Amino acid sequence: MNAVQDINLPQDSLDEWFDQKFDQKMAERDAAKTPSMTIIATKGTLDMAYPPFILASTASALGWDVSIFFTFYGLNLLKSDLDLKVTPLGNPAMPMKLPNGAEIPMPTSVMALLPGFEGLASSMMKKTMQNKGIASIEELRELCVEADVKMVACQMTVDLFGYGKEEFIPEIKEWVGAASFLPTALKADVNLFV
Amino acid sequence: MSIEIAQTLDARGLNCPLPILRTKKAIAQIETGQVLEMTATDPGSLKDIESFCAQTGNELLSASQQGSDYVFQIRKH
Repeated sequence: MNAVQDINLPQDSLDEWFDQKFDQKMAERDAAKTPSMTIIATKGTLDMAYPPFILASTASALGWDVSIFFTFYGLNLLKSDLDLKVTPLGNPAMPMKLPNGAEIPMPTSVMALLPGFEGLASSMMKKTMQNKGIASIEELRELCVEADVKMVACQMTVDLFGYGKEEFIPEIKEWVGAASFLPTALKADVNLFV
Repeated sequence: MSIEIAQTLDARGLNCPLPILRTKKAIAQIETGQVLEMTATDPGSLKDIESFCAQTGNELLSASQQGSDYVFQIRKH
């Protein structure tokens, strides 16, 4: 004999009551919860620096808790002196335009072979971004730091590439490994790999 | 009845996500119940500001297009 049968409540109305109560409780829980996001940033080029910092700064503006785990080339995004580059090499979808919007009439595969082209492509993209009112990576990173986005760096990458910790911004919260990051990711509502 | 604007923000010429980030900062500086008027030229801001307000619980009083400008009035909640 369980308690439900003791009070002789019809099963249908109990189910109905439970469904209503459950929905109500879940809605209360969702409303009280601070959404959270974790991002794994693995790329260190100018173009691939944008997604993690744009998403992190925007999410924090929405009131979410955000942490970014920087690993492999992604660690370059945490250097004190940012010198990010973009290249058309292996990047056939990259539109090659002059800052005035004119297309360069040459396949990216050919351009990529020209000596020094990477530097030219990088400065052209930076100029175009400035013209279009797009934030620099420095600015977006600063906004993330201000908004308490948690910057976590991969210890293994530092050891692997022989970096010194003094090369990086002091706002890095932790130098950790995968086992420290995963429990945070487990509890997050949104997990992204960039 | 006209709405009293406590603060204005000029986000013209800025692109995603800067209008949202600047709006967030400006809202932090006003009191609950006060209204921020933000002007942007980023067409994406129409949907983005709507979503920002829905997520943060602030009230989007109006969103209108004036020439190439988008003007938003947001009441802080």
